[in-house]
Amino acid sequence: MDEAEVKSKKGPGRLCSICNQRRPALKRPKTLEQICKECFYAVFEEEIHRVIVDNQLFKPGERIAIGASGGKDSTVLAYVLTELNRRHNYGLDLFLLSVDEGITGYRDDSLETVKRNEVQYGLPLKVVSYKDLYGWTMDEIVKMIGLKNNCTFCGVFRRQALDRGAALLKVDKVATGHNADDIAETILLNILRGDIARLSRCTSITTGEDGPIPRCKPFKYTYEKEIVMYAYFKRLDYFSTECIYSPNAYRGFAREFIKDLERIRPRAILDIIKSGENFRISTTTKMPEQGTCERCGYISSQKWCKACVLLEGLNRGLPKLGIGRTRGLNGHLGVEETTKMSVRSKQCGTLDF
Amino acid sequence: MACAAAACGQTGCCRDEDDEELVVSTKKKAGKPIIKTNSVSTDTASSNRSDSTQAYSSEGSGHRQSLCVKCKIDEALIGDESRVCFGCFRSSLFGKFKVTVTTQDLISPPDNVLVAFSGGPSSRVALQFIHELQQKAQRNLDASRDKSFPVFGVGIAFIDESAISSIPSHEFEQAIQDVRLIVSSLAPPAKELYIAPIGDIFSLDSDDGIERLKELLCAISDVTGKEDLLRHLRMISLQKIASGHGYNKVVLGSCASRIACHVISATVKGQGYSLPADIQYVDARWEVPVVLPLRDCLIQELKMLCHHESLKTLELLDGPHSGINGLVSSFVTLLQEENPSREPTIVRTAEKLTPFNFNRLPETNDSSNHSSFRRRHKKLNFESYESNPSEYFCPICNSPIKNSDLESLKSILGHSETTADIFGASCCSSCQFQILPKEPSTMEHFYSLLPKPMVARVRDGICSNQDWLREQIKDCLLSDDEEGI
Repeated sequence: MDEAEVKSKKGPGRLCSICNQRRPALKRPKTLEQICKECFYAVFEEEIHRVIVDNQLFKPGERIAIGASGGKDSTVLAYVLTELNRRHNYGLDLFLLSVDEGITGYRDDSLETVKRNEVQYGLPLKVVSYKDLYGWTMDEIVKMIGLKNNCTFCGVFRRQALDRGAALLKVDKVATGHNADDIAETILLNILRGDIARLSRCTSITTGEDGPIPRCKPFKYTYEKEIVMYAYFKRLDYFSTECIYSPNAYRGFAREFIKDLERIRPRAILDIIKSGENFRISTTTKMPEQGTCERCGYISSQKWCKACVLLEGLNRGLPKLGIGRTRGLNGHLGVEETTKMSVRSKQCGTLDF
Repeated sequence: MACAAAACGQTGCCRDEDDEELVVSTKKKAGKPIIKTNSVSTDTASSNRSDSTQAYSSEGSGHRQSLCVKCKIDEALIGDESRVCFGCFRSSLFGKFKVTVTTQDLISPPDNVLVAFSGGPSSRVALQFIHELQQKAQRNLDASRDKSFPVFGVGIAFIDESAISSIPSHEFEQAIQDVRLIVSSLAPPAKELYIAPIGDIFSLDSDDGIERLKELLCAISDVTGKEDLLRHLRMISLQKIASGHGYNKVVLGSCASRIACHVISATVKGQGYSLPADIQYVDARWEVPVVLPLRDCLIQELKMLCHHESLKTLELLDGPHSGINGLVSSFVTLLQEENPSREPTIVRTAEKLTPFNFNRLPETNDSSNHSSFRRRHKKLNFESYESNPSEYFCPICNSPIKNSDLESLKSILGHSETTADIFGASCCSSCQFQILPKEPSTMEHFYSLLPKPMVARVRDGICSNQDWLREQIKDCLLSDDEEGI
């Protein structure tokens, strides 16, 4: 069937607004353009490539760990980075790094997906587990503290777990699949919670440059819907269930709002990020001072890092320790409490931070 | 750690996030007082009764209403979590207003202030409180011997939007009558009332003005853009009345709830850079500086005051928002229901952003120094005021534009484009997206419909910032000829 026949069969109509040759297969969530599959892949990949280049995220010869949960963001990230690494000769050594929080019925399934990704993309995989690092699985933690602050525990522990895994792999950077929707939600959450310090940091595409392992977010300007679309059309293998412990998260408010917003004005997500980047936050605003944790040596602004505080709480049967605002000067725990703290649980590892 | 009171609704309370659920549920129950033990409302099922009665256990019995926790004399208000009587509630609300006015030096003796009145509860309360302040000043003047402190003057402005409103004209006529009645009741001292149709800023001929306004609104496809443009036109209208009749300050009744919504909607529209300009107590960008004395009061408090004191408000003029503004409004309302200190927290976050140098009152050379209170700025913000004075402002919304965003203006100034194109390029990206027409062909016509004050801003802006602009684009200029514009 030649081109003229195709056109006449379609009628007076629609062609992909980029190539003007093929039939459009989708409406692009970011711009609402009607484009064909091939052009979608092209603009999607090209935009990410531009973000990587314009923000100088990687240098040739670097070893990069991709935070892989088995979900759509990290699967697509692994796929696209592998592809762009090859196409544009970034010269990177890519690895998959996965964290096993010990959530039955969720994490064990998604880990299977990551193991398949290891084979599909040919990237070496390392898995670090909460059980090994901290002596607790999320299932055990939730059994103890309930469903109200479990996301706080999981998030703090995961952050450290990624750093430890990255150190074991001896990588130079960690790349995570945080997308534009995530960052927009975080900006809104920080406004709602009055956290000006985090508000100033959360829009940076690279964080922790002065810490053990810098991390970057190549998907900072990529819409979640587009990531899903990409994974769908490319038939990528990913695990698509929500964490079973997450329904009560406060982030849910922001997420609902952003979904409604996207329906009225798709560009609003990028506008939120733009606002976040442009917020005039004084550098003299009191920011936390960076030091190291006395117990494990991890980066921390307090005497003990948050993970150690939370862990201590779990081990002593004090689920609220480290949750909410701490009283006392500068948020430090009272002298009495600090001396009571003893290192009864397993040491946090032998890494030199 | 957390606040011990089961029903603490005070702003700024360091309540634990995870006690929220518990506190919210007890608050809801506390809001339904049990007058007689056997007439429990259907909501509070028998399994909850023990919790409900516990909330009142501190008062002894669940039979009568609780006493005000402050003065312990009068009965506490029903439905209010703070459990104070109306008298204490009112004096604390007025107190907030007074503290803001004195510490920020918003209204002082030689001033002539124009109060913007929309008919809603916030501006009604603003009017009421300012009137009381004025009355007190008058009494002090009458009682004093040396008469050295004249009383500040108060005028009231009401913007008549009946031409574009969906409200039937007879209802609107009635509303205007109500406004006149309200103003006449706030005397002595007598106050001048200005009822200005919004079309007046377009043309002296009222019909022509209405036509142009309607055409302009039609030309905007985005619903949010329409609403926002109206908001900007209202301000232009207020400025016109104020400067035309010798007022040196404009008072808006914007409350914390409205500011919280503005914080979120400005973020959502990409206006994060200019956000701090709009939320301070003082906004001196305008010819007549704008002050916000009710900025720290919540809409719930203001509504309660109007209700209990029977202050007449005109609800029909306060139409529902749609588009982005409506979505943000429902979002913030939802959050506020979930946690009553959410609105103040949002405002507090925005307060931590660096204000602009026009967010303080211009220095007066008034040597007589009528204000006996020194202007006290929050130390943090005062220290971080920018020393660089010149900001470039969007001609439509008057928001400061970040230097790095003026790229399109730079590239256009090099060529000889039409004034309409120059105008379009000099607007902020938010206005360019939601207000200006997409087709360049319609831009010319759109530009012709705009009111003079808006158009004049570009001319004035460019002229006064000529050197600064030249500095920005000098690497693109080919000749020394300054006739590019």
